[in-house]
Amino acid sequence: MSEKNTNVWTIAEAANGKLKSVSYELLARGRSLADACDEQLVSVLMGANVSEAELTTLIQHGADLVISVQDPDLMAFIVETYSNVLIDLVQQMKPNIILAGATNNGRTLMPHVAMRLHTGLTADCTDLQIDLNTGDLLQTRPAIGGNILATIKTPNHRPQMATVRPRSTQPLPADPSRAGRIQQISLKPELVDKRVKLLSFEAETADESNLQDSDVIVSGGRGMKKGDNFQLLHDLASLLGGKVGASRDAVDRGWARYPQQVGLSGKTVLPKLYIALGISGAIQHLAGMKTAETIVAINTDPNAAIFQVADFGIVGDAFQVLPELISRLEERKS
Amino acid sequence: MLKIIVPIKQVPETGNVKMDPETGTMVRDGVVSIVNPLDLYSIETALMLKEKHGATVTVLTMGPLNAVKALKEAIAMGCDEGYILSDRAFAGADTWSTAYALFNAIERIGDYDLILAGERATDGDTGQVGPNIASGLDIPLATYVRKVNNLDLEHKTITVERSVEEGIETLQLPLPCLLTVVKEISYPRLPTLRGKKKAKTVEIPVLTAEDLGLNREYLGLKGSPTRVVSTKSPKVTRNGQMMTIKDDKDVREAVDALIAFLEERQLI
Ligand SMILES: Cc1cc2nc3c(=O)[nH]c(=O)nc-3n(C[C@H](O)[C@H](O)[C@H](O)COP(=O)(O)OP(=O)(O)OC[C@H]3O[C@@H](n4cnc5c(N)ncnc54)[C@H](O)[C@@H]3O)c2cc1C
Ligand SMILES: Nc1ncnc2c1ncn2[C@@H]1O[C@H](COP(=O)(O)O)[C@@H](O)[C@H]1O
Repeated sequence: MSEKNTNVWTIAEAANGKLKSVSYELLARGRSLADACDEQLVSVLMGANVSEAELTTLIQHGADLVISVQDPDLMAFIVETYSNVLIDLVQQMKPNIILAGATNNGRTLMPHVAMRLHTGLTADCTDLQIDLNTGDLLQTRPAIGGNILATIKTPNHRPQMATVRPRSTQPLPADPSRAGRIQQISLKPELVDKRVKLLSFEAETADESNLQDSDVIVSGGRGMKKGDNFQLLHDLASLLGGKVGASRDAVDRGWARYPQQVGLSGKTVLPKLYIALGISGAIQHLAGMKTAETIVAINTDPNAAIFQVADFGIVGDAFQVLPELISRLEERKS
Repeated sequence: MLKIIVPIKQVPETGNVKMDPETGTMVRDGVVSIVNPLDLYSIETALMLKEKHGATVTVLTMGPLNAVKALKEAIAMGCDEGYILSDRAFAGADTWSTAYALFNAIERIGDYDLILAGERATDGDTGQVGPNIASGLDIPLATYVRKVNNLDLEHKTITVERSVEEGIETLQLPLPCLLTVVKEISYPRLPTLRGKKKAKTVEIPVLTAEDLGLNREYLGLKGSPTRVVSTKSPKVTRNGQMMTIKDDKDVREAVDALIAFLEERQLI
């Protein structure tokens, strides 16, 4: 390393001209890192049709500088092109740290870039800190099926790169008075890779696709006994204005669909209220929900691990509690 | 003929891992090694393409010599041949260093049309090695592939469906390319008797760092950009309010208390 790398970059993601929530979540993480090393926080957007007004919201949520590379050729996420663009920016501006969302695109782009930049990348981090002695980024992630938390460093290579699970942080509140700059950079034609073509896109319409956007999640596990019983969960969820989630066991049995799976190999969720019914609380399930603001658990087994993370626990039969709870909430409404 | 390479990893069976509470490390005694469960889907995808179009399917692993067992299991399912990359120098490799060794081995094997990797390995659980390899080889990449729609051997293209959070993309890639596949793509078959016989007798070449002319600076722990600095067992308890139900009266009481609790937190 001859020149010193500086600044913290976060990779923004947009769809149909709108920034996704993960873009702001990353800024919340990046802001505290940038402050700890007294560096600037830069949000990098590659895409198309994202307005200046929309980009300004990145500044309001913590960015000092927004680098925007927009072009019709960046409309579709073609990893080869995105990787070329990001590598080109990194080589010119030499960031110290790059954070991206552990989304399907983030988890595709970042390893592609890390390989060519010959640097380290830590997947699915749940915690990021600056080591105050060395200035290195300490990247903490669950490993071995969530049984341990490993802290990882990239001591001798730059930039230090990590992906962060969506919904594992709250965005900072928007501050319209924050100052920052937007730098538009035009796409260099030689960076466009035309080998892969996006032929079509079909949007997921099933409503469980936005489980992560829901303030209330009612989840069921193997204790729900059969798929038909998930109707009770839907009834409760609709009374609470929430969505239905599930443990992997329930998904594997076909009682719920994979997009509804909460946990290490499913989604990480950060709702205001998470209600777990008939879920034992295996470490892999907890990995996806234990940061929910309020957790309620209903389970027949007093020793179920889910009670360890519950703010309110009922040791009892879900099939007794649910109908009572549903009818009481219905009464309350009318 | 179509040539498919499937990189697979041997992993510890982590379904019910025991952790040593003192050291925070995995208790390895009596832990069996298996083929990474998510690699069974890439193997199955390769075998389905082989049945439809004719192909040779080569499985490749980097690991200790006993990982030959994983290759033999894949051959028992119907793969044609296997290579193992094994060398003390590889020990402790992170994803960058693993992919460096693997993509060089793939270049050495050569003449491939398609590389099929798993979505992620259940031990490291990063899902990085597949995209790393594509990047290293500079071949097109599609991740999270849930379906192969069409393989056009005349025009040398493959059309696939890729899952993203918002829906499903249909992508067309030229061959050679690399796909990482997800569970929905297939249901893995079991080994056959004929396959098992073949697996018993088949020779598995061992490739070392020297065979591949690899840069020693890039290998193993020493050549890995990342370092694990500490591990700990996560512990969480919220010490929440608890109610226990023994009879019908308790049900009403518990639900009353729950509703009061939700009201107090302004959740309803
Ligand atoms: C690499 C890896 C990744 C994984 N990823 C995930 C993941 O992303 N998400 C996930 O959820 N799991 C995941 N798992 C699986 C996880 O280890 C557990 O097997 C799973 O979470 C168990 O689901 P469950 O709680 O529904 O079932 P169980 O563990 O069988 O628990 C059922 C519970 O229901 C209770 N019960 C029974 N009857 C009733 C009743 N009438 N009323 C109330 N309670 C009742 C029981 O007391 C029990 O506690 C993963 C595992 C591995 C190895
Ligand atoms: N040591 C290895 N040998 C062969 N293939 C591997 C190895 N490690 C990872 N892979 C491949 O990369 C995929 C993702 O692994 P990972 O990035 O470790 O989660 C696996 O499903 C395999 O296809």
